[in-house]
Amino acid sequence: MTQAYNKPIPVPQGESDFYWQKAKEHELWLRYCNDTQQAYFYPRDISPYCFSRNTTWVKASGNATLFTYAIVHRAPHPGWYPDGVPFVTAIVELEEGPKMPTNIVMDDPTPEKLQIGMPLKVVFEDITDEITLPKFAPA
Amino acid sequence: MADLSRTVAIVGAAESDEIGRVENKSSLQHHAEAAYNALEDAGLKMSDVDGLLSAGFGTLTLAEYLGIEPTYTDSTAVGGSSFIIHIAHAVAAINAGYCEVALVTHGEAGRSARSRAGGNASEPGPQFEAPYGFIGAPINYAMAARRYMHQYGEDYTRQGMAEVAVATRKWANLNPRAYFKDIPMSFEEYHDSRWIAWPFHLPDCCLVTDAGGAYVVTTAERARDLPKKPVYVLGAAEGHDHGLISTMPDLTRTWGRYSGPKALERAGVTHDDIDLAMIYDSFTYTVLVTLESLGFCGPGEAPEFVANQRTAPGGDFAMNTSGGGLSYTHSGMYGMFLVVEAVKQLRGEAGDRQIDDPKLSLVHGTGGSLSSTGTVVLAVD
Repeated sequence: MTQAYNKPIPVPQGESDFYWQKAKEHELWLRYCNDTQQAYFYPRDISPYCFSRNTTWVKASGNATLFTYAIVHRAPHPGWYPDGVPFVTAIVELEEGPKMPTNIVMDDPTPEKLQIGMPLKVVFEDITDEITLPKFAPA
Repeated sequence: MADLSRTVAIVGAAESDEIGRVENKSSLQHHAEAAYNALEDAGLKMSDVDGLLSAGFGTLTLAEYLGIEPTYTDSTAVGGSSFIIHIAHAVAAINAGYCEVALVTHGEAGRSARSRAGGNASEPGPQFEAPYGFIGAPINYAMAARRYMHQYGEDYTRQGMAEVAVATRKWANLNPRAYFKDIPMSFEEYHDSRWIAWPFHLPDCCLVTDAGGAYVVTTAERARDLPKKPVYVLGAAEGHDHGLISTMPDLTRTWGRYSGPKALERAGVTHDDIDLAMIYDSFTYTVLVTLESLGFCGPGEAPEFVANQRTAPGGDFAMNTSGGGLSYTHSGMYGMFLVVEAVKQLRGEAGDRQIDDPKLSLVHGTGGSLSSTGTVVLAVD
């Protein structure tokens, strides 16, 4: 980080502090519903599947596949202008089941390099002293 | 809602004085001008209005600005579909006796506004999507379109998107108020245009304009004493199945799968009865996924459904005859203008783009990230 980071920075909330703390430690953790035995994203205390409070945290493997993506050519925010484009926004399907929004880290992205279903592995980008973003790269 | 069918009618509808690129007019000014014009069209006065519905601004701000004290107020804000859903809410309120004359307004200086509201950092979007650049509709909708391409074929989908863009532009070329009135577009120009967020070219994306619109609804009984032909509300339905694009249950099916068939059922009509489809076209892909979700065709069939310029002027499926959000106007929450165009067409007031004696129109709005939908069926006698 030679320049100030000027893209949007997440503001952790009470029920996501743990998620962001673990991201800072370069680990990806998910909320898990004990009643329906399914992980979910994004983290919230009460299960979105059955509205149960019987939930916990589980560590994700970091393995995922590419579910869909866009190659962004027009910067959507000053943080990506002018040198941040093109970049790849993606929804990935985690090995544990949930989908999550992220970026695919890749030089010169093209549709040919981005095949739906391709295997991915989590990588971590420390954007500030406090916040680390989990991203994904081809496995 | 079968028993509410035809109990309420739209009696006035209009745009703000100028639309397109309108510097020096605020969003609220567009609301007020459109309200003035819609009431004039209805033959009613602001003092007749006792119900106020809007989105973008809360009705608190809006009623004060307009100088009214409503006895029924509804600030339901679910993106561009809001102004379709307001029809259903007005029908319910009028039948419940909460108000008799409801005014629904929209105004957005989407191109020229001097300030914009920021996100709320405690919401999931700013926390989990925006840091990755999931900002603005083009990126979110592009990811949905990419998934559709994966399921049904890239070239096949691309051709469907091009058909929609080109056909819609032809309608805009017939509308004196359209942003692209004087700018035709060929298939070659579509395919050669620049990328915004692959797979979206620039002409896959709606305009960003300054514009307002409004309509007035009241009881069918009162409507019959007013100057213009009443446009009756036959049926309506609404809802949503997600907020963020990353949580959408199926990127190739919207909540229109519920609101479309339910609105038709409540109206007591079928797809084949519809003379005019006004389908929210924030993006070309929005049209494809919506036609399928509503049931005009099956999953994966929309590119075939719109093939050979079927939705263009002279085609056998009249759709988005104003030129749509793609080529006429799109201020940010476009749904209002679907209603205004349907009213004009049903009354036979659409000028050069008038279709042949339409009796029934399906109007369908989409809001958020393909999140919220509202469908209404409108008719004239």
